Amino acid sequence: MPEAAMIELQLKAARDSFHLNIECTLAAPWTVIFGPSGAGKSTLLRLIAGLDRLNKPDSGRISVHGQYVADTRTGLHIPPGKRSIGLVAQQSALFPHLNVAANVAYGIANRIANRIANMDRDARQQRVSSMLELVGASHLADRSPRALSGGEAQRISLARALAPMPQLLLLDEPMSALDAEARDEVLTRLQTWLLEQKIQTVLVTHDAADALATAAEVAVLREGKLAALGPASIVLADERNRLLVRLNSDGAFTTIV
Amino acid sequence: MDWQALALTLKLAAITTAILLCIAVPLAAWLTLGRSRWRVIAEALTGLPLVLPPTVLGFYLLVLLGPRTGLGRAITTMLGHPLAFSFEGLVVGSVIYSLPFAVQPIVAGFAAIDGSLIDAARLLGAGPIRLVRTVLVPLAGRSLLTAAILSFLHTLGEFGVVLMLGGDIPGATRTLSIVLFNQVEGFDYSAANHTAATLLLFCILALTLVYARPKNLLGGPLRTSPGKDHAGGRHD
Repeated sequence: MPEAAMIELQLKAARDSFHLNIECTLAAPWTVIFGPSGAGKSTLLRLIAGLDRLNKPDSGRISVHGQYVADTRTGLHIPPGKRSIGLVAQQSALFPHLNVAANVAYGIANRIANRIANMDRDARQQRVSSMLELVGASHLADRSPRALSGGEAQRISLARALAPMPQLLLLDEPMSALDAEARDEVLTRLQTWLLEQKIQTVLVTHDAADALATAAEVAVLREGKLAALGPASIVLADERNRLLVRLNSDGAFTTIV
Repeated sequence: MDWQALALTLKLAAITTAILLCIAVPLAAWLTLGRSRWRVIAEALTGLPLVLPPTVLGFYLLVLLGPRTGLGRAITTMLGHPLAFSFEGLVVGSVIYSLPFAVQPIVAGFAAIDGSLIDAARLLGAGPIRLVRTVLVPLAGRSLLTAAILSFLHTLGEFGVVLMLGGDIPGATRTLSIVLFNQVEGFDYSAANHTAATLLLFCILALTLVYARPKNLLGGPLRTSPGKDHAGGRHD
């Protein structure tokens, strides 16, 4: 039996540019998957979310919080909407024909949605405003997504993913369009809230600073394989030293970037 | 001007278009999003009326819907008259004949929608029907309009299927293009000119509507990536 409150992965999957070959258990409330671009991070998230399917030549299984969501031996594939997983990708993917509030309400406006069946109108509006508040975007409720900056759109996308109160939140470089200050502010508030709500979070990034900023368990992914898994201070010690060196010679730092 | 034929033609085109949109939206959604291996065959079959001589289609429908087949006999018992040589029969023929003109623009419209929006809707719990209703159709409004206009015009001008399947019964199956044919055959070029000019004008007007692409009329596939923001460098 898969264990509750953790994600178990056992994957062998070939994609265009790489082979994913991963066997691990993600048990921390906040895990950062760190790796260079093209290491298979996004694909891994899409597999967990169910947007990418484990098909024939692939083999493996995925369990989320004690329930198998995909298993190639039995052909099991639970559709993404029934996994209680929120995903925020780099691309905000807001519905352009709906205003911000309607975007955030999309996942809770569906009567059949698994966990929040029969949510009434007031409760829905309440949830939408509290989510917008959480991401610091209450003033944007009536805007069209077309009138948002990249950073604003990412916040709304985050609020939309959280509104149905998923059990698991997947973040794919979700704050790339925010400047550093806003990112730290949103991330800190978000992390506290997610811990409170017991929503497990897996964040993917290629930025070592991101991985180090949040006290977390870190999984390092290289060429589709898990290179390390453990506390950030240990796993990313090298990366950290490198960053420190660059920061110390800060004249050089600005010219590099 | 044969007003009865004009009214009949418009009625046929309107009914056909309405039925086609009801069929084409779910069919196009399946062709765009489905994973079945039958999709390729379905796509080929959908496009078939584009290349098939209308008379071939008309002939087989005539046989299929006539008293020679079980289906034809069953329909005759149900309706009290055979489908061939009736208005309802023409509707069936027109729907099949104009199917690609409805399906293909909608497939193109759906395919142009950013996949990340479809992913987002699925993750938020939308099943296929909700996905079509709340994301695909609103974002492919312009394609739906194009599909409707093309289906309407194509039905308006169809000749081979109507002649084979409908015969030439005034008030039931005599459409404008049949009237035009009769007028030419009877050397009544002045009347034929009226009929032809009516059809021509109508088609030009309607196609202008398609190509004008009224931007704010029904929306349409939109790019949703916040590219302008990256370029502008605006951060919050």
